[in-house]
Amino acid sequence: MTDTRPVLTMTGISKSFPGVRALHNVDFRLFPGEVHALMGENGAGKSTLIKVLTGVYGIDEGTVTLGDEQVAFSGPMQASAAGVSTVYQEVNLCPNLSVAENIFIGREPRRLGAVRWGEVRRRARQLLARLDLDIDVTAPVASYSLAVQQMVAIARAIDVQARVLILDEPTSSLDAGEVAQLFRIMRQLRDEGIAILFVTHFLDQVYGMADRITVLRNGTLVGEYPTAELPQLALVEKMIGKELDVLERIEEEPRRELAVLEDGTPFVAVSELGRKGAVAPFSLSIHAGEVVGLAGLLGSGRTEVARLFFGADRADRGEVALSGKPTSLRNPVQAIEHGIGFCSENRRAEGIIPDLTVRENMILAMQAARGWLRPIPRRRQDELVQQYIKALSIRPANPDLPVRNLSGGNQQKVLLARWLITEPRLLILDEPTRGIDIGAKAEIQKLVVQLSDGGMAVLFISAELEEVLRLSHKVAVMRDREMVAQLDNDDTVDADRVMQTIASGSQGEEANQ
Amino acid sequence: MSTTSLTAGPRWARLPRRHVPVLVTLALLLVMYGVGVSQYRAFSNVQVIFNVFIDNGFLLVVAVGMTFVILTGGIDLSVGSVVAMTAMVSAWLLQSGLPAPLVLVIALLIGPTLGFLMGCAIHFFEIQPFIVTLAGMFFARGMCTFISGASIPITDGFWTTMSQYRIGDPRGNFVSVSVLIAFAVVLVAAYVLAYTRLGRNVYAIGGNPQSALLMGLPLGRTRIAVYTISGLCSAIGGILLSFYTLSGAPLIAIGMELDVIAAVVIGGTVLTGGAGYIFGTVLGVLVLGVIQTLITFDGSLNSWWTKIVIGGLLFAFILFQRLIGIRYK
Repeated sequence: MTDTRPVLTMTGISKSFPGVRALHNVDFRLFPGEVHALMGENGAGKSTLIKVLTGVYGIDEGTVTLGDEQVAFSGPMQASAAGVSTVYQEVNLCPNLSVAENIFIGREPRRLGAVRWGEVRRRARQLLARLDLDIDVTAPVASYSLAVQQMVAIARAIDVQARVLILDEPTSSLDAGEVAQLFRIMRQLRDEGIAILFVTHFLDQVYGMADRITVLRNGTLVGEYPTAELPQLALVEKMIGKELDVLERIEEEPRRELAVLEDGTPFVAVSELGRKGAVAPFSLSIHAGEVVGLAGLLGSGRTEVARLFFGADRADRGEVALSGKPTSLRNPVQAIEHGIGFCSENRRAEGIIPDLTVRENMILAMQAARGWLRPIPRRRQDELVQQYIKALSIRPANPDLPVRNLSGGNQQKVLLARWLITEPRLLILDEPTRGIDIGAKAEIQKLVVQLSDGGMAVLFISAELEEVLRLSHKVAVMRDREMVAQLDNDDTVDADRVMQTIASGSQGEEANQ
Repeated sequence: MSTTSLTAGPRWARLPRRHVPVLVTLALLLVMYGVGVSQYRAFSNVQVIFNVFIDNGFLLVVAVGMTFVILTGGIDLSVGSVVAMTAMVSAWLLQSGLPAPLVLVIALLIGPTLGFLMGCAIHFFEIQPFIVTLAGMFFARGMCTFISGASIPITDGFWTTMSQYRIGDPRGNFVSVSVLIAFAVVLVAAYVLAYTRLGRNVYAIGGNPQSALLMGLPLGRTRIAVYTISGLCSAIGGILLSFYTLSGAPLIAIGMELDVIAAVVIGGTVLTGGAGYIFGTVLGVLVLGVIQTLITFDGSLNSWWTKIVIGGLLFAFILFQRLIGIRYK
């Protein structure tokens, strides 16, 4: 870390989208020669801040100062010309073009309008040598691994005399060796005086690389801390926050004893189930009527676990037993046949079909289970749809409205109804309450309790610890793609203990404060 | 850590992969020519090859424009109709007494203008190129019959000169002016694709439009440019066709767009974009031309056999592209 003046200062940044205030009065500083981690859960405003900085979005309020000048970039191209370059999570290169061309396209050295290929290759080799990367610059980018592609993207970014390099989740698709290679390059660039803004969800990487940490939560600045002065537990607390419990309390009916619930054969039991690169092998069983919560930060492997349970990704090791019988879940169709339902976290991309009506969206999974040659009679459809619109109080209660016209919470309920209609025995809910208003949240939570009381097994995933703790009989804690603990949700378990587990990776009792 | 060395396979095994489709087309062409020479004595006459160029010069020019479009991952179905419309407009304007140079300028402006408009529709309204250029195809074809329901002969001096002028060697072999124009178009296009930003952006967009956008490349401008280029090539092709036939006919070049697409694909350009060469397109056009010549030489075969062979070849080539995994996505 240096004590010179910051190369980049963002002051009082606010940015709203229709109906959402994405950033509110956020300050951010970046010093030359530092790696600065920008932390926050999903929706905290990290990407918005980056996009505001690079000119993808305009700024509602606030100022950005680069060096001594106040700037407002019109787009990534202008930003990178001024020395602020971004490398995105997904490598954005053209796979069919050569390494050299990918580095220089759009600003190739030319003579009389003709690209000077010799010069392009020579400068590409020079630049890659600076990153200690010895590859054939004439080979198409697609012939190299993701890690190398990532570094080619970085080479492209730093060529334009970068002063600020933004790495937006650069490691999410790299393996450990590749991450080490990337970090070596990051350190080298930092030592050359480049300021690096680093976004990641891996806590280890933050503590391995970052000099300072800025934490955002719900679009506001929580604070800026030197990494050395912010223990992991404190960081997790600051990211998640202790949300004020404005939610309607779930009536504290005496929760059925776990021991009673877990008597007998579990509905589903997996042992040493794992998938390379997605999640380390884990064992977990879920009984009928039991709610198992999955806690952990974003990117810790929660969704990956859910996808294995649903057969959406195929496990490359381990076994699954359904009601005691060994089974393999090769694909979602099989999972559905076995009575497993999956509400995806990505409701827009993977779940709801916005242009179909409420009725059509609801019927979809049931129709798929029956096969498309046996249409569900219209009267039966009406019955089912009316029943669930009422049960989930979907508003407006019009089955023929396109789903796109519904609010996020009601869309989520339609998605839930889709699976409930198939009467699953295990329902996997991945972030069912994200981005929906508090009232709908409470209704969905209540519904989960009702369903489990009715004997359904539920795997409940949420970034909100309070919610997981409120609903679950058992909490499985994920950290860095590994299931590090399974806690019986009795009186000894509270948010602090789960946070400690997330932060330390162990059961929590011995975690140092 | 020491210098990281990451190889992507041995150099000899990897580098040609991009060139494999073109090399296969070249091999196919040589085999077909070999068959022709071994079967028919007259086939070895140099003029046979020249005739292939003379008969297909306009097809070659249009295929060059199509190569630009397909490289970006698009398609242009309007080319055949634009060729016909250009020839038709030329014949009509000449008939009505306009001087040849003015007619040339007007005829050469119509195609690119239509191409530009189609490019704008594709980019700004995000409509599928297939639909936009299909509309362009119907429009241009409609304009042909609007001008005249019957064929209009061309008697203009410049046109007849261009039609009859022969550039030959002492032994009597010759090519037409159209062939030289076609070669010029090919050379300019190959240069543009290999050495200009526009050309490289065409490849980048065909490779991954999203990335190209995030890398700051002018997506919209490039897209509009390729349809304009295709329109210009179709216009040049239309002029060459009117040199060749000395007339404008409303129903000429029907289905030509499909021959053109076939030639480009057989020439090794991938339909999803991002990979291909102008040289391949030249070979693709030659393959089509040589098939026609072979069937003409045979004499007993119906000319529809050309279509059957092209169909088979096209299928084989697409399958082949798939198998060698030229699609990088």
